[in-house]
Amino acid sequence: MSIIFKKTRALTDLKMHYCPGCAHGIVHRLVAEVLEEMDEDKNTIIAVPVGCAVFANKYFNFDSIQSAHGRAPATATGIKRVHPDKLVMTYQGDGDLASIGTAEIVHAAARGEKITTIFINNGIYGMTGGQMAPTTLPGMKATTAKAGRDPQINGNPIRMSEMLSTLDGPAYIERVSVSTPAQVTKAKMAIRKALEMQKAGLGFTMVEVVSSCPTNWGVTPVKAMEFIREKMIPYYPLGVYKDVTAEEGK
Amino acid sequence: MAKGRVIIDETICKGCELCVSVCPKHILKLSETKTNSAGYSPAEMISDDCIACTSCAKMCPDCAITVEKFD
Repeated sequence: MSIIFKKTRALTDLKMHYCPGCAHGIVHRLVAEVLEEMDEDKNTIIAVPVGCAVFANKYFNFDSIQSAHGRAPATATGIKRVHPDKLVMTYQGDGDLASIGTAEIVHAAARGEKITTIFINNGIYGMTGGQMAPTTLPGMKATTAKAGRDPQINGNPIRMSEMLSTLDGPAYIERVSVSTPAQVTKAKMAIRKALEMQKAGLGFTMVEVVSSCPTNWGVTPVKAMEFIREKMIPYYPLGVYKDVTAEEGK
Repeated sequence: MAKGRVIIDETICKGCELCVSVCPKHILKLSETKTNSAGYSPAEMISDDCIACTSCAKMCPDCAITVEKFD
């Protein structure tokens, strides 16, 4: 008898505060598992955001720093420039990265800062109670868009991966999801690739994770995963948007 | 086919049913008799048909699942 799956050493034993079925826990685990497998968990500093993942530093069993809202890429830039030998990451939600922190992420990517950003896109503000985010789908309900997002009034959602992939700074940008076990495995591979490319000093790397918020979407966790597959992924197609190593191979 | 079993930490499980929804052998179910300190009904194994595929553990947001494979 052998244990083939157990909690990674790169996560603490603390019980997570997230709502039942929140995909933050899955992505936390993937980041931690990749760092353990690369044996880099003692050599990593992660900048955590403001949002539901504000307490992520309590769950990651490696060095972390709390950033001002949206400013994790700026914080990580400073850390990476002082500690070029460390793996430096940011972990941000869509309100943090795509709304208040748009300037920071765009310029960190444009400068090609050698950091890795994990971007959790669940189309809503979680911590503050389900307000409309820049990534909320057209027609999707939020507490600040009661009848559903109307692009004529509320504007259109932002596809961050596509937008950032037009810049020259990023080395690797991929959009993944975690709504099925197969997608979870692919997401882990994407995170690993991003971190390895950071280690190789190739430039800015980002993995966007199309995620869920069962509580603020007002559905069960299982229905939320179905919503990702049926509604989120058609609007936010999965795939690699930028990969400088693939371009070299052409 | 490989055989195995899942060990679910009932104190951590939040009863989100993601593991139940992805189990290919349909051997997981939320407990009808147990409630943990947070008030959730934890998932439990209801048969011995586990094939140690780890799908449940991959989907568990709370790292409540350990998977063992029988040699």
